[in-house]
Amino acid sequence: MRRLIAGLAASLLLAGAAQAADVNLLNVSYDPTRELYIALNKAFGAKYKAETGKTIEIKQSHGGSGKQARSVIDGLEADVVTLALAYDVDAIAERGLIAADWQKKLPSNAAPYTSTIVFLVRKGNPKGVKDWDDLVRPGVKVITPNPKTSGGARWNYLAAWGYAQKKFGSQDKARDFVRDIYKNVPVLDTGARGSTVTFVERNIGDVLIAWENEAYLAIDEFGKDKFEIVTPSVSILAEPTVAIVDKVVDKKGTRAAAEAYFKFIYSPEGQEIAAQNHYRPRDPAVASKHENAFAKVELFTIDEVFGGWQKAQATHFNDAGLFDKIYTQ
Amino acid sequence: MGVSLLWLSLIVLIPLAALFAKTAELSAAHFIEIITSRRVLHALQLSFALSFAAAAVNLVFGTLVVWALVRYRFPGRRLFDAIVDIPFALPTAVAGIALTNLYAESGWIGSLLAPLGIQVAFTPLGIFVALVFIGLPFVVRTVQPVLEDLEKELEEAAASLGASRWTIFCRVVLPSIVPALLTGFALALARAVGEYGSVIFIAGNLPNVSEIAPLLIVIRLQEFRYADATAIAAVMLVASFLLLFLINTLQRWSEGRTGKRL
Repeated sequence: MRRLIAGLAASLLLAGAAQAADVNLLNVSYDPTRELYIALNKAFGAKYKAETGKTIEIKQSHGGSGKQARSVIDGLEADVVTLALAYDVDAIAERGLIAADWQKKLPSNAAPYTSTIVFLVRKGNPKGVKDWDDLVRPGVKVITPNPKTSGGARWNYLAAWGYAQKKFGSQDKARDFVRDIYKNVPVLDTGARGSTVTFVERNIGDVLIAWENEAYLAIDEFGKDKFEIVTPSVSILAEPTVAIVDKVVDKKGTRAAAEAYFKFIYSPEGQEIAAQNHYRPRDPAVASKHENAFAKVELFTIDEVFGGWQKAQATHFNDAGLFDKIYTQ
Repeated sequence: MGVSLLWLSLIVLIPLAALFAKTAELSAAHFIEIITSRRVLHALQLSFALSFAAAAVNLVFGTLVVWALVRYRFPGRRLFDAIVDIPFALPTAVAGIALTNLYAESGWIGSLLAPLGIQVAFTPLGIFVALVFIGLPFVVRTVQPVLEDLEKELEEAAASLGASRWTIFCRVVLPSIVPALLTGFALALARAVGEYGSVIFIAGNLPNVSEIAPLLIVIRLQEFRYADATAIAAVMLVASFLLLFLINTLQRWSEGRTGKRL
């Protein structure tokens, strides 16, 4: 009996010693960034160890950006959030978990990389999708995620609306245009990655409206002989934003590590990793190096066309907003 | 009795009461609007119809399987007996992925069916296959002990009186196992209606085509429309309860007729 207890105690001690990294961070991110953060976390872990001698373990959580924000609000203890859009971080800030001026604390509006919205189609482009207009054609099945839960979905919606507004000149026509696109959508997944899986693995749909980085990743993973990217004439500049969750880092004492983490992401090394994962880097030197890897698209910003995220969210995506009126399923 | 009631309350009654309480937050009109919307009606219809069909198929083939297992000796009988438990024991996600891989167009069975124009994965047919898969052990395991206990003398007596094999089955064996069959059917049906993990991989999850009710509930939860989700859940609960009550009544009636208590 005594030997049993001694054995149990010894194994518990060993287990305890083996497990702990010196610093543990939780990074709550949006759906498509799994591969990016695997690469960033690995590089940062090595650098952190070299500089401070401590081991750091960064756990990742991924899901639709809106959904993730609500999880953090509901109590998920994220040290940092790296979400798809500023509105979702603002929603967390409104609850007091992040300082209100979070967006000014980091360079480039707290968006270390940008992306845009493109189309992924099957090889050979059998339905001849060239631009946004082709998405409303009858017989073209469009895959896009649910704006209620996904950040990418909201960028997709706004990109389509922005195009239509520019082309047709009126809000009503833009609304009809976006409504017709959603008529062609057979299924709304809860996150950008979910939609990619539906399009790529379940073979549902003719065109996927996706983050640029996600489209490139799909081609990397599944081969150039299966899919091709079609760049629309106009798209939106998507700025995924990052923030330190002040309440959590102060409670856990991980502020220094979190700040070092973001410093790394903005550094040339971090920016290079972002570029390699098909995110448009902010650093000018890295950006010019990878200039040819990204298509040249005419980009508008959410501020130009929609007056910023607060307005866009309230008008389109909140309950009883325009999206609810367009998509009544 | 106090202990039973306490346990039952904690585990079953209180969570269910919470479900109804959340649903009660909606106005009656809003509630009706939610549960009669096209998408919800279709999901409920799909869930219940396919579950019923799958349980019925399991009733027939489960009986065949249990008959073979109990009445015959063949090499590997014990192994097959153990295999029947696999759908029980397998984590539902594993079952879902395995079935999807098998029935997708690039899978072993899917690739054989594709030239015939039959698509199984990502269609309601795929959902049906998954539900049959997970329902099989219920019928087999509930009927097995009853069949094993059946007195062979009764059958031999019937045979000696000139009954054909089919008559023996219908008049001697079947009445004895009907209560167990109904229990197995009810269990398979109940499991199928609530099945989520093994179905969402193989279903297309397209609204109004191949979307099951549990998935719709989860989607509403993820959209943070909790009251909508509980409304659909409440309807499923009431429908399932009515079904089980009906089956239970049938069972009691058949027990009364054959004089056997299960």
